[in-house]
Amino acid sequence: MRAMSDAVMKPEPYSLAGQTYALAGPEDYVALLKPRVMSLVIFTAFVGMVAAQGDINPLLGVVALLAIAVGAGASGALNMWWDADIDAVMKRTEARPVPAGRIPRAEAAAFGGFLSALSVALLALAANYLAAGLLAFTIFFYVVIYSMWLKRTTPQNIVIGGAAGALPPVVGWAAASGTAPLEAWVLFAVIFLWTPPHFWALALYKRGDYERAGVPMMPVVKGEASTRRQIFAYALVLAATGVSPFLIGMAGFLYLGVSAVLGAGFIWLSWSVLKAGEGDYTSAKRLFGFSILYLFGLFATLLIEYLAGFHG
Amino acid sequence: MAEDFEPPRPLTPQEENQRKRRNLAIALSLGAFVVIVFVVTMLKLMANAPQ
Repeated sequence: MRAMSDAVMKPEPYSLAGQTYALAGPEDYVALLKPRVMSLVIFTAFVGMVAAQGDINPLLGVVALLAIAVGAGASGALNMWWDADIDAVMKRTEARPVPAGRIPRAEAAAFGGFLSALSVALLALAANYLAAGLLAFTIFFYVVIYSMWLKRTTPQNIVIGGAAGALPPVVGWAAASGTAPLEAWVLFAVIFLWTPPHFWALALYKRGDYERAGVPMMPVVKGEASTRRQIFAYALVLAATGVSPFLIGMAGFLYLGVSAVLGAGFIWLSWSVLKAGEGDYTSAKRLFGFSILYLFGLFATLLIEYLAGFHG
Repeated sequence: MAEDFEPPRPLTPQEENQRKRRNLAIALSLGAFVVIVFVVTMLKLMANAPQ
């Protein structure tokens, strides 16, 4: 599969024989870090740090958050190195610096590897070894388990691989308190269960892209009807898990209200996705947008409750 | 062997400009990293110093 799609990649820059040179600017290296994914990681890790109510120095907390962000960015760069052949054939990703030929693959790998080591070391220095170990595991899981193994082999790729995206609040919690208790793993569970319906909603209307790239996403392998059923099933479990921070006593009534309303919205939109006919993607697009609002709403409410002093 | 070597062509003004911007970004990042490590070290030392 790799060799097939390698053929469509543009020639790499820096080739002395071909007399081509890189035109990459700093913004291309920033793009390698997947800034949009980074912002979600920073936000969820920050909520984990605040909810932990640890005794970390605020300035060290900022450095720890920076280290987590750089670690997330590093895994993004390593993902772009490994998946450059896939990115080149997908409309959504063809303009990324590596498939567009602005940054050579080897350089993306070196950049990501260097920043991975740096971020883990910095987190160990600023916070503790538990947080640093969890960050190292997150990078390993995203790059090796998800990108190198699962993504090209199974439609469960983003289900299992979603663990990497779900770990940042646990890393943040560990950075602030040196522990990773049940509460941190409840936040993990929320993001973990949110990932499949979020990405499958996208995959429904980007199915052609994934098909061309040979990525076995759920709609490509099992078809639309099965994907729509699974989205709805995950929505039910997610909505129930979404309110669980209240049930275990780590969130208050404000959170209960917000998570219940947003959870009902998630179920309702997933129901519309289930009921929509083959080839009708309006509801899938709506669900994709709403899913981002859902996750943001839950974590923002938790943050407000803790910052407002609702929890000690 | 030596006569096979084809010298690289000079950079275009656009390439020169991009290289300058890359170098500046690396310098600023390294400077920021040094400052961060220094601040972290001082904070850790202060936290462990006897009162």
